[in-house]
Amino acid sequence: MAVSEEDVRHVAALARLGLSQPQVTSLVGELNGILEHMEVLQQVDIAAASLHRDVTHGLRMREDVPNPIALHRAREDFAPSMRDGFFLVPRVSTHGAADSADDEGEG
Amino acid sequence: MSDESLLSRSVADVAADIASGRLSREAALDASMQAFAARNAGPAGLNAVLYTDADGARDALASMSFDASNAAGVHSASATGAMPLAGIPVAIKDNIATLSMPTSCGSKILHGYVSPFEATVIARLRAAGAVIPMKTNMDEFAMGSSTENSAYGVTKHPLDHTRVPGGSSGGSAAVVAAGVTRIALGSETGGSVRQPAAFCGIVGVKPTYGRVSRHGLVAFASSLDQVGVFGQTVDDAALGLQVIAGADALDSTSVDVPVSDYRAARNSEGAQPLAGVVIGRPVEYFPDSLDSRMRTLLDRSADHLRALGAEIRDVSLPHTSLAIPVYYIVAPAEASSNLARFDGVRYGLRVEGDGLRGMYEATRSQGFGPEVTRRILLGTYVLSAGYYDAYYKRAMAVRQLIAADFAKVFASGVHVLLTPTTPTTAFVAGSKKDPYEMYMSDIFTATANLAGVPAMSQPIGRIDGLPVGGQLLASHFDEAMMFRVAYSLERALGAEAHT
Repeated sequence: MAVSEEDVRHVAALARLGLSQPQVTSLVGELNGILEHMEVLQQVDIAAASLHRDVTHGLRMREDVPNPIALHRAREDFAPSMRDGFFLVPRVSTHGAADSADDEGEG
Repeated sequence: MSDESLLSRSVADVAADIASGRLSREAALDASMQAFAARNAGPAGLNAVLYTDADGARDALASMSFDASNAAGVHSASATGAMPLAGIPVAIKDNIATLSMPTSCGSKILHGYVSPFEATVIARLRAAGAVIPMKTNMDEFAMGSSTENSAYGVTKHPLDHTRVPGGSSGGSAAVVAAGVTRIALGSETGGSVRQPAAFCGIVGVKPTYGRVSRHGLVAFASSLDQVGVFGQTVDDAALGLQVIAGADALDSTSVDVPVSDYRAARNSEGAQPLAGVVIGRPVEYFPDSLDSRMRTLLDRSADHLRALGAEIRDVSLPHTSLAIPVYYIVAPAEASSNLARFDGVRYGLRVEGDGLRGMYEATRSQGFGPEVTRRILLGTYVLSAGYYDAYYKRAMAVRQLIAADFAKVFASGVHVLLTPTTPTTAFVAGSKKDPYEMYMSDIFTATANLAGVPAMSQPIGRIDGLPVGGQLLASHFDEAMMFRVAYSLERALGAEAHT
């Protein structure tokens, strides 16, 4: 299951990571080098393993009440950009023309 | 009393003296800040600390109320007195949320980010009388085994500046080993407390998964992450864990199991304090390739434990060699999901790009370092269509087999396991170029995270002047038994632990 340049570009797009061509070339070698060591798992008899067994002791239910911890600082203090109580993001240009009436954003 | 001698005394003793007024409430903080000034900064410094807040710590001390009942609490059987850490400075890894200092996870993408809330473990430390004067360096988002992956520079090993302190909690390990603080918090996903503790010659504890609240710990791999404790001695670490352990309504993965008295065995003298205790030696942790000098040190520890009344029994954990392949599928998979939140919208770095997607990609590619980028891609790949079953699903199944190995051994009557913590002593900075070679540093530690069991490292000797860690592992929520063995071993080794 060797990783190709196309695979790296595909998962980089899924992960919203912009990569240069030298990075892609380097990562193909690195990921293949790492995944080579994972092949040993294909030889393991996993018939005795149940994916439903509880390693982490399960999750507790809690009361359906708002988080009791108040923020010590306003959201504006840590957001990169805000206006009128909303987080500002660039115009979504991938969903059509930049001047489309449907576009959201700060424009 | 000089500040130097103060740092050589146990946390419990110093806290008792501060709570009772025999020492000034600033005494321990002053000693720590002096040691910090001498050891951390400049070309000859360790670069172990990223942020300090001595003024905030002093203000906190000024507003604390100590009385006689506080002092009594320090020496109570359960050490859950009102202020068992009165006036004690605790260094905190940079991925645990604090109000007065940034929480940047050693990453450029969170440069300058200050959390609007604090972690539950911080609140518990404060309630116990501790102060938080510094945040420590770490591998970016806890991804690394050497603290070479920080965006804020490499942390040096306190005993040999050409070497690494281990990682990812290398800053916390270095400040404790250098005597800047006696206790520090780190985090564990695959050995990030135990491995640096072993490299630096101190005690490092990873509690059972669910034993300590993760509220306010920046998530890396949520099914593995756990806050851990460093101490100069077993008792320092036990006291630190005592304070932060216990269920928390803000973390649904914390478990409501009563917290035992981890310090119960601290004074257990007598010829056979470990009578009836069975200690397993898993053969897979002692491969032929293990450094013979490390094997000799482990044998010496086993001999001491036997002399103290314990039965030493060879056991097998047959799926041990699969832990690293499993870990480096499961952890990156979870990381690729957890780190999706760092997108330039809500906090930290924002780099403008072409539209919203361009901004995401520019922010993330410039904000994350090479190791984090590599693991996000690896995790996204093993979760992607066509590869999920072959990698992620299979790794999760093998993880169950690794956990079942531990369950079987503990069910057979073994109380604690004894192993080396790491395959080598601290290595030279820059010497591990291949990512997988670095990953193998965790070969003896990642198993405990995958199985969720508690484990700790304590110093058991030195090779060529560099510390060697012995690892103890116990069954779920049996930290008390682990500490019982650790106290006895520490006492039996005495000065041998550091020679």
